[in-house]
Amino acid sequence: MSAHASSAGFEELAMPLFDSLYNFAHWLTQNRDEAEDLVQETYAKALKGFGSFQPGTNFRAWIFRILRNTFLTSRTGLAATRTVPLESEDEPEQTVAVSHETPESILLEQAGQQQVQAALEQVPVIYREVLLLCDVEEMSYQEIADTLAVPIGTVMSRLYRARKALRAALEEQDKMRETKHG
Amino acid sequence: MADDIWQPKLDQYLDSELSAEEMRGMDAHLRECASCSGDALRRMQLKRATRLAGQRYTPSAEFRRRIERKVAAKSPARRWLWIPALAMAAVVLLVATITVGRWYERSRSEQLLAELADLHVADLASPTPVDVVSSDRHTVKPWFQGKLPFTFDLPELPGTGYTLVGGRVAYLEHEPGAHLLYDVGAHHISVFIFRDRPEIERVFPARDSTRRVLSFHVESWGTGGLRYFVFGDASPEAIQGLSRLLKQAGT
Repeated sequence: MSAHASSAGFEELAMPLFDSLYNFAHWLTQNRDEAEDLVQETYAKALKGFGSFQPGTNFRAWIFRILRNTFLTSRTGLAATRTVPLESEDEPEQTVAVSHETPESILLEQAGQQQVQAALEQVPVIYREVLLLCDVEEMSYQEIADTLAVPIGTVMSRLYRARKALRAALEEQDKMRETKHG
Repeated sequence: MADDIWQPKLDQYLDSELSAEEMRGMDAHLRECASCSGDALRRMQLKRATRLAGQRYTPSAEFRRRIERKVAAKSPARRWLWIPALAMAAVVLLVATITVGRWYERSRSEQLLAELADLHVADLASPTPVDVVSSDRHTVKPWFQGKLPFTFDLPELPGTGYTLVGGRVAYLEHEPGAHLLYDVGAHHISVFIFRDRPEIERVFPARDSTRRVLSFHVESWGTGGLRYFVFGDASPEAIQGLSRLLKQAGT
């Protein structure tokens, strides 16, 4: 790949992902300035390493992986991942039916977008990122596995825990609202 | 027993991660099992809420320009041949702007249609798909009074092959609207009516004809400040036929 072709190809592939990368970065860092620094560093690293990118492979997973790895080595990233509960990710999860006693559909209908966003902020970053990649970026499990550099089984396990944590955060918010108004 | 097989796969089903054969098997199971279809509905609502809530942060225009400049400046060709490169940069910027604009519009329209598909499927999976059950438009239309910040007209149906089943209040991006359910033959068609907004009008231009989305057909138009979506798995002709009747009623 020539340098010129490389750079032109990079723009075509990378710029349409700019909004998504920024949104993901802001969710990880929870701070606008840090998100901008993270995206800027991601583009710099990706441009520098674009020669090693294999055409035909998944560019989106490649550049998201760069962003995520850059985040993990940042001060905020190190602090965020230190607080993640240690659970075995290789053990298959026993999926439990979403309880009929927990009227989640009613809860979600009542909860505005801000409440869901607040609940998502409560979810540990290692689970929040997998939710964002699956439900917001609509990546396949394989793409997520490539982005996070983990096996697909781990992706499924983290997704399960992430959704469970999100439900718990929503329920917690609901209880707090009831206490406040009751 | 069947629940033990299918229930643990619900998340994979909703994430479209099952094989085609398993997807068909799950479809068949959900049609028969109220417990699993209720569970699937709740999981789908959580997934949809996450998708909407997750699209939260937008970069500033200044930051976008800064990154675009940096990416463009790294091009070796542009560094050495700056005059033609300037023209090329302008073209690239123009193309990028158009591409990003089109990408954004496509992505917005896909997001809206996916949300409508969720509403349609969730409605059909629900044991009570409509809150006002009546084939009489003079019963259904007044039911929405006080529930919606607008009113609308519904067509006369006798002799058309369409039957009004009823309606309920639905939310699209947290905006309330009317969700009406019609039957034609063995098919169910959802009609959604919301207040029109410029951002919706932009991604569903007036010239648009019937589209195909996730195996559904959908027709959309805006009139009198309202936005209509006619959505279902019926044939394009059936969707267009009901759309024509609604357009006539609305004029």
